[in-house]
Amino acid sequence: MTDLRDHLMALVDKAVAAGEGPRLAAPHPVNDTMISHWTEAMGDRNPLYTGPEAVAPPAMIQVWSMEGLRREPAAELRRPVDDVFEALDEAGYTGVVATNCEHTYHRYLAMGEKLTSSTRLLDTVGPKRTALGEGYFVTWNVTWYSGDEPVAEMMFRLLKFRPIEKVSREPYPLTPAVNGDTRFFWDGVRQGELRIQKCGACGELRHPPGPVCPSCRSAERTHIVAGGTGTVYSYVVHHHPAVPGRETPFVVAVVELPEGVRMVGNIVQYPIEDVYVGMPVRVTYQEMDDELTLPMWVPTQEEV
Amino acid sequence: MQVVAGSVLPPLTIELTPTVVISTALATRDFTPVHHDPAIAKAQGSKDIFLNILTTVGLVERYVSDWAGPEVLFRGIKVKLGVPAYAGDTLTFSGTVATVEEDEAVIEVTGAVSLGPHVTASAVIMHRFGELPADLAKPRA
Repeated sequence: MTDLRDHLMALVDKAVAAGEGPRLAAPHPVNDTMISHWTEAMGDRNPLYTGPEAVAPPAMIQVWSMEGLRREPAAELRRPVDDVFEALDEAGYTGVVATNCEHTYHRYLAMGEKLTSSTRLLDTVGPKRTALGEGYFVTWNVTWYSGDEPVAEMMFRLLKFRPIEKVSREPYPLTPAVNGDTRFFWDGVRQGELRIQKCGACGELRHPPGPVCPSCRSAERTHIVAGGTGTVYSYVVHHHPAVPGRETPFVVAVVELPEGVRMVGNIVQYPIEDVYVGMPVRVTYQEMDDELTLPMWVPTQEEV
Repeated sequence: MQVVAGSVLPPLTIELTPTVVISTALATRDFTPVHHDPAIAKAQGSKDIFLNILTTVGLVERYVSDWAGPEVLFRGIKVKLGVPAYAGDTLTFSGTVATVEEDEAVIEVTGAVSLGPHVTASAVIMHRFGELPADLAKPRA
């Protein structure tokens, strides 16, 4: 582990010291056709971007240097950050999620300007524990030039993470009671849907599911799909007794859904001591074995 | 009227149809399959195709400039990314004026989908002529 970190940090230091990589030419000069595609798709009607005096939308800056469908062997176009990414991939940090993107515009661009862009690695921080798994935050900067004049910058940060490994596929020892009343719920969970039973007569939502509506006593029933968010209404930390297939301690929470029902579930991938009543959570689906998937809850905003 | 810290921007709701997700991905020249091919997106563990980052930044710009008008120029846009914005969801922007300096204002923006905040952003804007626009605090039609 430490060896990997040392190896990685040596690559990071080297890449940071190398500074800016080669200046790559944007495939097209700043032009009104690409701008009009962009403003139409975004629904942006700002008149600055049309007419004879038009300028480019500043948020388009990265668009000018996108390679598009052309995939060229990048041997000589290798950026200083590429060694770091490669080392992370080899070490199993194959997951990628972007976390931050910060643009700075030095000036607006006119039609016909030919841009180049250049990348330098700023830093790499880790390993950090995150909701997605252990990972490294990699941050780099891109500078766009018109001629030799820097016209815009972008700081970009992403998390390269080691996806949480699926635990052994031994059958999970605890299985829920699946019957005619509850099957729709478990079918939904397998498809990534959190379903709430709905009375077919009066429309009232109820959970846990049951055969008869407690409001109007109708046995007609259907269901809706919940949005998948909620807040912690109450919770306990289970220490004892031991539970087959589970490591203690773990959090058992009552989660209140905006749809109006409450569900019992575990809060996972989060420090137990940081759980609180009122915490916003969203559902996640945990495969316990080849058959069983359980809905569990994670904080809505990833702590980075 | 002057732009005042604490002013609230009118909200903007965008229905994330597949057309919106795909047309914006292609208009930003992002051909990564997860932004236009539902089968590949699902095979990679996503619920559906989802907005690309260049579009998220573009929509933040559009949201602020819809309100501020063409007299305002952007100095920078910072975004922090949250949950994915999937096709079929609704993206709702809200914003407030965080700080106002002599010729610069910082607008804080949140874009939320059903799973939670998709983006929290701040935009630094300035008036084109170095003075505050008279109508900066007014919502625009």
